[in-house]
Amino acid sequence: MSPILVIEQILNGLQSGVMLFLMAAGLTLIFGVMGLINLAHGALYMIGAFAAAAVAGATGSFLLGLAAALAASAAAGALIEASVLRRLYGRDHLDQVLATFALILILSEGTRWLFGSFPLYLDIPDWLSGPVLLPGGIRYPLYRLAIIGVGLLVALGLFALISRTRIGIRIRAGEADREMIGALGVNISVLYTLVFALGAALAGLAGALIGAIQSVQVGMGEPVMILAFVVIVIGGIGSIRGALVGALLVGLTDTLGRIFLPMLFGLFMEPTAATTTGSALASMSIYILMAAVLLVKPTGLYGSAG
Amino acid sequence: MGVRRETMVNALLLAGLLAVPLWALWADEPFTITLATRVAILALAGVGLNLALGTGGLVSFGHAVFFGIGGYAMGILAFHAQNYTPLIEAFSIPGTRSMPVIWAVAVLASALAALAIGALSLRTSGVYFIMITLAFGQMFYYFTISWPAYGGEDGMSIYLRNNFPGVNTLVPFNFFAISYTLLAAVLLLVGRLMRAPFGLALSAARQNETRLRAVGIDPYRLRLTAFTLSGAITGLSGALYADLNRFVSPSMFSWQTSGEIMIFVILGGVGRLFGPVAGAALFILLEHFLGGISEYWHIFLGALLLGVVLFARGGLIGLLAGREVAHD
Repeated sequence: MSPILVIEQILNGLQSGVMLFLMAAGLTLIFGVMGLINLAHGALYMIGAFAAAAVAGATGSFLLGLAAALAASAAAGALIEASVLRRLYGRDHLDQVLATFALILILSEGTRWLFGSFPLYLDIPDWLSGPVLLPGGIRYPLYRLAIIGVGLLVALGLFALISRTRIGIRIRAGEADREMIGALGVNISVLYTLVFALGAALAGLAGALIGAIQSVQVGMGEPVMILAFVVIVIGGIGSIRGALVGALLVGLTDTLGRIFLPMLFGLFMEPTAATTTGSALASMSIYILMAAVLLVKPTGLYGSAG
Repeated sequence: MGVRRETMVNALLLAGLLAVPLWALWADEPFTITLATRVAILALAGVGLNLALGTGGLVSFGHAVFFGIGGYAMGILAFHAQNYTPLIEAFSIPGTRSMPVIWAVAVLASALAALAIGALSLRTSGVYFIMITLAFGQMFYYFTISWPAYGGEDGMSIYLRNNFPGVNTLVPFNFFAISYTLLAAVLLLVGRLMRAPFGLALSAARQNETRLRAVGIDPYRLRLTAFTLSGAITGLSGALYADLNRFVSPSMFSWQTSGEIMIFVILGGVGRLFGPVAGAALFILLEHFLGGISEYWHIFLGALLLGVVLFARGGLIGLLAGREVAHD
């Protein structure tokens, strides 16, 4: 187990954690402000990836693809908020789960109808491909490094937006007391649509960035969304800081577990048994982490009681 | 009025589910019998979820766990029996091909899983509960994919349907009769349970937890019992479903399976005893006819589900039998 491998895997874990944060931040923001659990968040991730792949494929420009991903997912988010989800804010969680599950079915099958069942591919642009040499002689893919950078920048931007700007004040006020800010003359329905579109754009960005590493296909969003749920449960619902900490924890646990658990079992078991046991346990590691957090703090690390 | 009409709708549903395969038997349409068998088995899964979701108000998006455990209980036991390998080598316990034994194992194993998952998830409520049950579903899904002993991602096939004493289970109608009888028995049991003090208290925990605490009943234990029972019923249906297909795979554990079981409950009517029967029947009909028209029939299913959630809260039973009568 060389130190280079360890550092590489930590970077991989960071990269997956940062992308999870983009998903979890949107989910937790939407829940915090509107009280809505949105299962269709994974579909918005998928829409971002498809828009990026389609536009980048047509124009040859990765940046145009990213812009298209942001625009398409934000637009899709605003559209479903204004047409369907708005009716659900006062309803119980079961109705929200069902309606957004219905939206998954519609959006996924609609995408399959438009683009077919075969995966699309989004190429990493030339100026971001290839490895870079990090201090210590580690060669690491530039694109993954760029993803970590973009993710951290977005995280910073989001914190700044929420803590320093007027719109951020309104968002926080909306979390605290939605009736009061309505009474103070803030147009709540516009604010809600805006928050939803923001969360959707973050999901779409994550989908587009990951789309260049994995294939772009229908159903790609839901596993990531469920991981983002784990992140939120660990971090505490409604807390953006919790989402960041939870996302990094989950990303690192998952990535490191996959590599090092089989190695760990290899120390005292025969190789094939160690690989099976290690990888089976690794596939469960983040859920075990979630269960552990639940035992200690049922409302998550940064969640408020109740 | 409402109650009597709902009882009539229920009786008609149960009679209809029996009449269709009887007709198919006469007309020699084995495929229709298989469809009816699927309805009975999936309805059973829905009855399990409905106990937690409808009566207990516990929105579990992870019931695929119990469905899958039931399926794998059948798969693993029959796998060892068909390969003549011992199930647990140290004690040379053999596998089995006997349905009643498989059912018992499936019920026990899924009840245990439900007890463990419930004990953890019921520490929270609301949205947390939904997310956690969904997450535990994924855990089992990925675990079965990464565990190669029983087929891993590919799942495993069982060559012959398992045995039931005195019945040739390979005849489609016989297997339907077995599934139908189990469904009817569970409906009877759950129906009695819902009217018993346990069911009333569980319902009260959903409607007004504070009041329930005030009369000295602990809602946590009540919900945990209901969740365990609910998981056990869904586990039984998983074992039957695996026997119907003679195949188990990790997709039984997938979040889509959880979603589909939930759809049966919702389309039929949440909290109605026979809701899952109506819902599963409607789902299979839609799958069969819409699936025949368009490859993309999930779009229509999604639209229908959206319509039911937004505009028709009582589902199919609510539509047929009218509003639920208030009890107070």
